[in-house]
Amino acid sequence: MELILDIFSGICFFIGSLSIIIGACGLIKLPDVFSRIHAAGMIDTGGTAFFILGMIFQTGWSLITVKLILIGVFIFFTSPVTSHVTANLARQKNILPLGKKIGKIL
Amino acid sequence: MKSLILFFILLTLWLLMSGHYSILIISLGIFSCAFCVFVAKRGKLIDDEGLPIFFIPRLLNYIIWLFKEILKSNLSTAKVIINGKVEPETFTVKASQVTDVAKVTYANSITLTPGTVTTKMQKDVFEVHALNSDFGNDVRTNEMDNKVTWLEGKK
Repeated sequence: MELILDIFSGICFFIGSLSIIIGACGLIKLPDVFSRIHAAGMIDTGGTAFFILGMIFQTGWSLITVKLILIGVFIFFTSPVTSHVTANLARQKNILPLGKKIGKIL
Repeated sequence: MKSLILFFILLTLWLLMSGHYSILIISLGIFSCAFCVFVAKRGKLIDDEGLPIFFIPRLLNYIIWLFKEILKSNLSTAKVIINGKVEPETFTVKASQVTDVAKVTYANSITLTPGTVTTKMQKDVFEVHALNSDFGNDVRTNEMDNKVTWLEGKK
């Protein structure tokens, strides 16, 4: 039983670190601010979600599990707000995104 | 009624976070929760926007669907970053929700799925930036919009 849980949490940590590494590469590689925000969002969602899942497999059922889930909930509420603030500030400084614009944009 | 619900939510959080169940700690918790509810009530913060309880009956269903979407778009974002084929596009969508909380939930859900970000909003029109046309089409089909309207349950 212990071994199975360890394997599951190992898989979760592996996927989480993989998505953080890919996100970090994207943060450097992608062309402009708006595209880089997508890579940052990938670190926020995929990375943290899988890391918290892996830690839950390690702790088992206890009060710590509840706290880990609460950390996840707070990150999932706050990370889109920071992404939106970054994008909105760039738009307010009249930085236009690369690529095509469909229809009239605000 | 709503202040009572807020009080019990805060008390549950206190009991889960502290982990100490002696009489002194629990009575301190009850006192501070009651004080918080009193302050929130005096500041007129307890309304549909501060405590959106009308989400709760359908929330679990929505969260499971949202996690599935996040996983799918995480995978495609990783593919785009590795391939390096970026064709960003910007467009506007209309939100069909009634309340402000539901609109914010919709905008947050768009931002939370990697590959799409809401960059600006005016009343009920959102400006969305997508990493390529696949992500853009996912938003333009209005599937997420319909889901959030259903979650709101006012129509």
